[in-house]
Amino acid sequence: MTTHLGEKSSYDADARGWFGGPLEGFGGKFMPEALMKALDELDLAWQGAKADQAFVAEFDAILRDYANLPSPLYEAKRLSEKVGRRILLKREDLNHTGAHKIRNVLGQALLTRRMGKTRVIAETGAGQHGVASATAAAYFGLDCTVYMGKVDTERQALNVARMRLLGAEVIPVDSGSATLKDAINEALRDWVASVDTTAYLFGTAAGPHPFPTLVRDLTRGIGDEARAQCLEKYGALPDAIAACVGGGSNAIGLFTAFLDDTEVRIYGFEAGGEGFETGRHAATITAGETGVLHGARTFLLQDEDGQTIESHSISAGLDYPGVGPQHSWLAKTGRASYQPVTDQEAMDAFSLLSRTEGIIPAIESAHAVAGALRIAPELPEGATILVNLSGRGDKDMGTAMEWFDL
Amino acid sequence: MSTTTAFEKAKADGRAALVGYLPAGFPDVDGGIEALRAMVAAGCDIIEIGLPYSDPVMDGPTVQAAAQQALDNGFRTTDVLRTVEAVAETGVPTVVMTYWNPVARYGVERFATDLANAGGAGLITPDITPDYADAWVAAADAHTLDKIFLVSPSSTDDRIAMTTAASRGFVYATAVMGVTGTRTTTSDLAAPLVARTKATTDLPVGVGLGVSNGDQAAEIAAYADGVIVGSAFVRAVLDNAGDRKAALRALTVLTEDLAAGVRRA
Repeated sequence: MTTHLGEKSSYDADARGWFGGPLEGFGGKFMPEALMKALDELDLAWQGAKADQAFVAEFDAILRDYANLPSPLYEAKRLSEKVGRRILLKREDLNHTGAHKIRNVLGQALLTRRMGKTRVIAETGAGQHGVASATAAAYFGLDCTVYMGKVDTERQALNVARMRLLGAEVIPVDSGSATLKDAINEALRDWVASVDTTAYLFGTAAGPHPFPTLVRDLTRGIGDEARAQCLEKYGALPDAIAACVGGGSNAIGLFTAFLDDTEVRIYGFEAGGEGFETGRHAATITAGETGVLHGARTFLLQDEDGQTIESHSISAGLDYPGVGPQHSWLAKTGRASYQPVTDQEAMDAFSLLSRTEGIIPAIESAHAVAGALRIAPELPEGATILVNLSGRGDKDMGTAMEWFDL
Repeated sequence: MSTTTAFEKAKADGRAALVGYLPAGFPDVDGGIEALRAMVAAGCDIIEIGLPYSDPVMDGPTVQAAAQQALDNGFRTTDVLRTVEAVAETGVPTVVMTYWNPVARYGVERFATDLANAGGAGLITPDITPDYADAWVAAADAHTLDKIFLVSPSSTDDRIAMTTAASRGFVYATAVMGVTGTRTTTSDLAAPLVARTKATTDLPVGVGLGVSNGDQAAEIAAYADGVIVGSAFVRAVLDNAGDRKAALRALTVLTEDLAAGVRRA
């Protein structure tokens, strides 16, 4: 067993979905009444599933035989030499479909089948969650509809083609800013109308309860595996761990196993975009304020009137004006530290990792690498930094060609 | 003035109440006020004013487009309060329909105070439910504002009872599973939902989402205390973009048709 589905930490939500309580905490379930029954059923079904050894064993077997997990923990020796600290990469880029997201969708699709539903819907930004959802739907023989901002369908045309090849229907959304947040709005509208037969495969550890917990449980295998691999190989825990944070599923997936290892420093790197001064960024925790978006109280980018501000990042997967509520709680308690990484820093790391290790990372993951390079000098000599390499960069070659004039 | 007053008056006349909706700031703040006052003059018993929001998950394309236009024109939260004041002056109970974040951002207690001072009757809250609305319930109770929560065909009986117990003014029954938008036939999910709701409360029950003409209004008025119309009013304004007089005429004609509908059930 590589994923500790049912294990608890000191930073979990209470039974009503509050991280840190209803008054000052984050999360909750701010949703139309039309969806409350479905969310309650999902919560109950998940409680039952993760306590069921047969379900857990089946999930584990699918991850192993189909998704190529556990992913390796790789010591990036040439990069380590360059920065003077040991850098370990959790190679989620080697997973089937090329990112950590396959863990979440296979788990949610398995749960969908258990609940007797026949159709799944999903939102997607870069298209990675959409491709993963279409893959899981094909694997389980479920109907699949993916909502994707029209702007994103244009900048990620290859992923649109992948989803269609996998048998999913892709619906471009051109309301609002025509990006991820609007795709979520449209998926929620679909779900309100189709909730009896349809499961919403939420793509990140955000949204209304139980999604932040459900997605966290399904992705926590990243950290469970990495922790065990690190102990086995080096006989010690890493000194610091790092991940990029958009909605925050890969980050919470890495962090969870380490939350109660108080000696391990935890870093989340948000998309600093073109820099704070330009206002064009997606650094929700660093620059945002508490509000309610897509069903949860969390940090978000909003104006004086509570209208959502459009985010910006060179990486579509981090281009989201909200963040999972557990990250807001980890930031507020000080358990994890969140910092912005600019487009420029991320692309420099993208290039560096390609040249020193022969690994082309997703631009999302390049934010984590850039962040690790930044914190390395703050750690003692001989320190180990474990970085989640959440996805591979094939999808980003268009952006890279433009950025580097290749 | 609570919306209950308008429902009682309609009931005394042996008919359902007509609730008309437009977002504030559409086509602009003054134009919106003029439009809502025309709807009052032509027979709306209660006015529901939308607070335009960037992420309206319960709105269909028509209302979204109108709200987006208001936001693009620089709509501010204070504009909804000005609109409420101008409409409530007519003596018709006036409520605000709003997604939660603009209220949370303004400050729940401050919003309740300013809404009450503007003469507003209360709030319709489509994306929060009583079990996650402690702050709003406290503020509404302090200012005796209507707390209008939604019930849905998917609501369990327990949730309906919990919702109606927390409501004041009326209960908003969403007639179709899905988002707002005009439909050619009304949903057969509405009547059973109204019956399940009425089994738990003496509050009036209004049915919303989907009504666009007098015949549909009459159909709903046969079993509900109120008929709530939104998208059709928005459509009337959108169809006459750039011609204020024509838009006001269209709103008046539509209101009269709907008002006749709720009277012939």
